[in-house]
Amino acid sequence: MKLEINGLSIETPANTTVSQLLSIQKVKMPDMVSVEINESILDRKTFGTTILKEGDKVEFLYFMGGGK
Amino acid sequence: MNLSEKQIERYSRHIILPEVGGKGQEKLLAGRILIVGAGGLGSPSALYLAAAGVGTIGIIDGDLVDLSNLQRQIAHSNADLGKSKAISSAEAMQAINEDVNVRIYQERLTAENALTVINDYDFIIDGTDNFSSKFLISDACHFAGKAYSHAGILRFEGQTITVKPGETTCYRCIFGAPPPAGAAPSCSQAGVLGVLAGVIGTIQATEAIKYILGIGDLLTNRLLVYNALKMSFRLLEVRRNANCPLCGTNPSVTELIEGEQAVCDLNCDCTKTR
Ligand SMILES: [Zn+2]
Repeated sequence: MKLEINGLSIETPANTTVSQLLSIQKVKMPDMVSVEINESILDRKTFGTTILKEGDKVEFLYFMGGGK
Repeated sequence: MNLSEKQIERYSRHIILPEVGGKGQEKLLAGRILIVGAGGLGSPSALYLAAAGVGTIGIIDGDLVDLSNLQRQIAHSNADLGKSKAISSAEAMQAINEDVNVRIYQERLTAENALTVINDYDFIIDGTDNFSSKFLISDACHFAGKAYSHAGILRFEGQTITVKPGETTCYRCIFGAPPPAGAAPSCSQAGVLGVLAGVIGTIQATEAIKYILGIGDLLTNRLLVYNALKMSFRLLEVRRNANCPLCGTNPSVTELIEGEQAVCDLNCDCTKTR
């Protein structure tokens, strides 16, 4: 199925979960990512159980702690 | 308040803008903005807000100017090495514009002092460099009902969002709680392109000025993500989160806490695969 991740279109197997997507996308530290699906922030406790649907717009939002 | 001849000349490029005018300039002169952290983000904010004639600018920072700061913290100069950052940046602001009343806090923002300090200001700029402070600012601004600009930078990327507590998406709506200690890289360990702080810091200053003037659309409910290498600005719509631990329907954060400071693991490389 087709998903949009951080603005780019990608193809994944059907029934991919958010956890699987993070690993497919080679996100090394999922702890450092908040996931937004179709403009709503996903509870990180449900990454493993949330199944993505065709056309979902997914954003990986990274913790960024710097400033000085 | 009536503008003096000198002020009319100094601020003429503002006053000529129909959206600002003499009235708007008077609002800026009556405005009170707190900058937390006189570093990479705080420096450009401080200089531009002073130049803009924001009447009261608070600057809070407990650190001293270090040689490795000068690559990006443009409010400080060689002559300031070893000096308090709060004092050094206050002197830089005062040198630009004597209209500005600078209030200096040579200390860290803590759970104890945060509400007292923040309460004296209209708008808060988060220019800090660690998650503990960023979450503290988000929570304190929520409890004090003060609008703030959040920002973070790392390597070649930065992001920022403006929050009107209780009305718009907040920092915790997006990130919930600080990442586990050891997961988060800091600028000193991961590096940061100096000018990136200028790009993001000046956006924060722009938001503060718009807020004081009450003009335009604030960067609310949208996270701006800037990538300097790609030279891309992405504006991500982010809705308020009903499960937000701070502003959600059943909040778990009900008082100020000083979170654990996330400590970087030198080998972490969490954003490399972006
Ligand atoms: Zn929230």
